[in-house]
Amino acid sequence: MNGFFDIPSDLQHSYAGLIGLHLREALLPVLAGLLLALPLAQLCVRFRWLYPPVLGATTILYAVPSLAFFVVLIDYTGQTELTVMIPLAVYSLVVLLPAIVDGVRSVPQETLAAATAMGFGPVRRYVQVQLPIAVPAIIAGLRVATVSSISLVSVGTLIGNQGALGNLLADAQKYDRPELAVNSVITTAVLAIACDALLVLLRVALTPWMPNGTRRRPKTSVRQPLPAPQDVTR
Amino acid sequence: MIRIESVTKRYPDGTVAVDRLSLEIPDRSITVLVGPSGCGKTTTLRMINRMVEPSEGTILLDGEDIQRRPVTTLRRSMGYVIQNAGLFQHRTILDNIATVPRVLGWGKQKARARAAELMERVGLDAALAKRYPYQLSGGQQQRVGVARALAADPPVLLMDEPFSAVDPVVRKGLQDELLRIQDELGKTIVFVTHDIDEAIKLGTMVAVMREGGHLAQYAPPAELLSSPADAFVEDFLGADRGIRRLSFFPSAELPLTTGPVIPADATAERIAAADAPWLLVTDAEGKPLGWAEPADLTAGDIDPGRLLPHGRPFVPGTDSLRAALDCAVLSPAGWAVAVDDAGRVTGVVSQAAIGEAIRSAHAAGHADVAEVAS
Repeated sequence: MNGFFDIPSDLQHSYAGLIGLHLREALLPVLAGLLLALPLAQLCVRFRWLYPPVLGATTILYAVPSLAFFVVLIDYTGQTELTVMIPLAVYSLVVLLPAIVDGVRSVPQETLAAATAMGFGPVRRYVQVQLPIAVPAIIAGLRVATVSSISLVSVGTLIGNQGALGNLLADAQKYDRPELAVNSVITTAVLAIACDALLVLLRVALTPWMPNGTRRRPKTSVRQPLPAPQDVTR
Repeated sequence: MIRIESVTKRYPDGTVAVDRLSLEIPDRSITVLVGPSGCGKTTTLRMINRMVEPSEGTILLDGEDIQRRPVTTLRRSMGYVIQNAGLFQHRTILDNIATVPRVLGWGKQKARARAAELMERVGLDAALAKRYPYQLSGGQQQRVGVARALAADPPVLLMDEPFSAVDPVVRKGLQDELLRIQDELGKTIVFVTHDIDEAIKLGTMVAVMREGGHLAQYAPPAELLSSPADAFVEDFLGADRGIRRLSFFPSAELPLTTGPVIPADATAERIAAADAPWLLVTDAEGKPLGWAEPADLTAGDIDPGRLLPHGRPFVPGTDSLRAALDCAVLSPAGWAVAVDDAGRVTGVVSQAAIGEAIRSAHAAGHADVAEVAS
């Protein structure tokens, strides 16, 4: 394991620097996806007819391979981090939208009726009642989006070395240093697990109102088939 | 006063939920809307706080059309209690109760102090304040629902089948509690239920509705029982409305006799002097032990274990003729036992005497009935 943390100079980052870069490229898109998904989900809940077409459109976007995305985006955003982050934001949105919509819809009818009867307008009702009750479902969605985003950042290696920890994979081949590949895989996995654990803690902290023992997400509202990590063909 | 003037609710598919309904809901009393499912009672209730908008007709609150008020202002001036409570599961009990005061812009401290005061009023232990709804029983949740509705001290309280989802024992407790709170606060309450017994117990006025949103009868409960408007109302009231009507007649006037009442240490002379087919034996404090025939009694040393049960005694002046009759029917002697507030026997009364009292109460007519009901 000699030189495990000895990062080649062409990456222009220390080990810690690569981790920071990786987290930024992975998490900013999740945040962007969340900020887009919240109002979009509210619209889909209020206007029920809107949900199927929106869900269909986002599902088609989800089916676009990330490489194809990059090729299209490079014309506009060049070989930059942004080119990596835009597709990741879209994928996050696709995972989060149904999670939030299902979570918000799971709020019991009598709770909504009580809120309305107490003079809550639609915005107050969404922010103070529906969203807090949807928190477990939203965080379940965030966990999936975050973990898959962390693994997908590596694909950025293919466009101007914007893959953060993924760049180590290319360097491992280039310099014939397999320990760099091991480093890349292990570090990425640890980051994913750590972020996931933080989200679980966040949910426990935010939902003291959930009965013990059911502190699991009640239903899997997140669609399952997820890309295998390092699936460069997407 | 809430005044509903020929209000109709017609849905786009042509279904008529409420059909030209007119009702005057008196202030500071409980008005019950009762009827089978699909009779439009909940729709009517929800039109009062505009959760449902009427297709025709108007609803006036203190003479003003409710359409003139901003809808959220209107709703915040009316407490609303719903089946299964509809509590905010993500907020503590205290914060649930403080909801409307907070929406109205009260400070957090003031709203929580008010909430704590209401917990006490509805009979909730202060230790529950920091709990979450899932940690409470159904009955406790419903009390929280009532407290939440009362938090901003609204003049009007709308209650939509609030006690239907709890078991009968808890329901009776909640009903008694509501009557007690109403005695203290004097709100204008509109109460929806499908349970006619609940309607008769709680209502100052009862509106019986039938399928299609028609008003079948609007009357005080005693009048409903004595003179149902038609076969539907009569059927809805059930088979024993005659017996239930007795709840509205007082038992204070019943002629009591102490002739057949003897203490447990009675002598043979005392037993013989009573000269009755059945004797009620009392303990040293004067509380009833049970009935026996004179031949079965051993003078001077009566064994309480061999006495026949006396049923549930009634308290003249507090209980109704219904309670007295029930006691007489359950007694082997056919006599009802009257006791004072401390449970000491004040006398007994025969079925025949109760029957006489019922006949004269009926003869006294509706005037008395109305008086008792109010």
